[in-house]
Amino acid sequence: MDDRKLKAARQFIEAIPHSRALGMSLDTLEDGVAVISMAYDPRFVGDPQTGVIHGGAVSALMDTCSGAAVMSHPVSAAGTATIDLRIDYMRPARPGDRITARAECYHVTRSVAFVRATAHDEDKDRPVATATGAFTLERAPEGRS
Amino acid sequence: MSPRPKPEPVQVVKERRDAALNALVRGVPYIRFLGIGFERRGDELTAVLPFDETLIGNPLLPAIHGGVTAAFLEVTAIIELSWSLTWEEMESGRLDPRKLDPEHLPRLPKTIDFTVDYLRTGLPRDAYARARVNRSGRRYASVHVEAWQDNRTRLFAQGTGHFLMPERPLRASDG
Repeated sequence: MDDRKLKAARQFIEAIPHSRALGMSLDTLEDGVAVISMAYDPRFVGDPQTGVIHGGAVSALMDTCSGAAVMSHPVSAAGTATIDLRIDYMRPARPGDRITARAECYHVTRSVAFVRATAHDEDKDRPVATATGAFTLERAPEGRS
Repeated sequence: MSPRPKPEPVQVVKERRDAALNALVRGVPYIRFLGIGFERRGDELTAVLPFDETLIGNPLLPAIHGGVTAAFLEVTAIIELSWSLTWEEMESGRLDPRKLDPEHLPRLPKTIDFTVDYLRTGLPRDAYARARVNRSGRRYASVHVEAWQDNRTRLFAQGTGHFLMPERPLRASDG
């Protein structure tokens, strides 16, 4: 994806009110693969005794990243919505670390897109969480793209 | 026959239960960040997510962010599970909720996995959720959650999660 398109996509995603509220930033977006990250914030803590980020905030990051992956797939979807999303939590994210999600839209049918995603903190070798999801795929009317 | 002890005044019972619930909910920053509150009838909880512009995920429709819906369900499941553990401890007299401050909260269960089923668009208005603990073992628990907006029977999302139970503190009487 060229710089102009990436910039437009970045503006679009960063303008979503809840993505803004969580401070998400789009790092890369190309051919069905999206990378979105989020800084550590004490307001997102789920366990006050450990300072670990709430699973819900990680879910929000994974969901946004998965949706972006669908939108960047070469079929040029006109829109998408989550049908189902399953998240597996491997380990608690390290307090203070930035969390990065990478989602890949690995298969599309006429009306459904399938996505898998992984999230990690600053230790890139051990995932914090993985996700699989099914998304609706709204196609642009024929003749327009 | 010894006379039956006088039951506690209802207000004392209510205050104790509300104090325990508040301690559980107020201790979690992310619950405050989303603005989620809990209403209690006896041991039954209803989570309430008041609508706010910052919860929007699709400004064109507009619709609540799928991540907010997932978080709302997960928060409801965790609080319901912790509440069911706290309730038992409290009602048996083993736990005094007045001693629950942020440093002495019950340990929270940890999410192993969570699946969200998005049934309808989350509309720009208040949302409600209730969770049911289907299995609560010594180490693992399975919890189901349902969320709705205007009509209780028209769910906009449901979810199921598996949780790792917190280690129970050993008591002197446990040997």
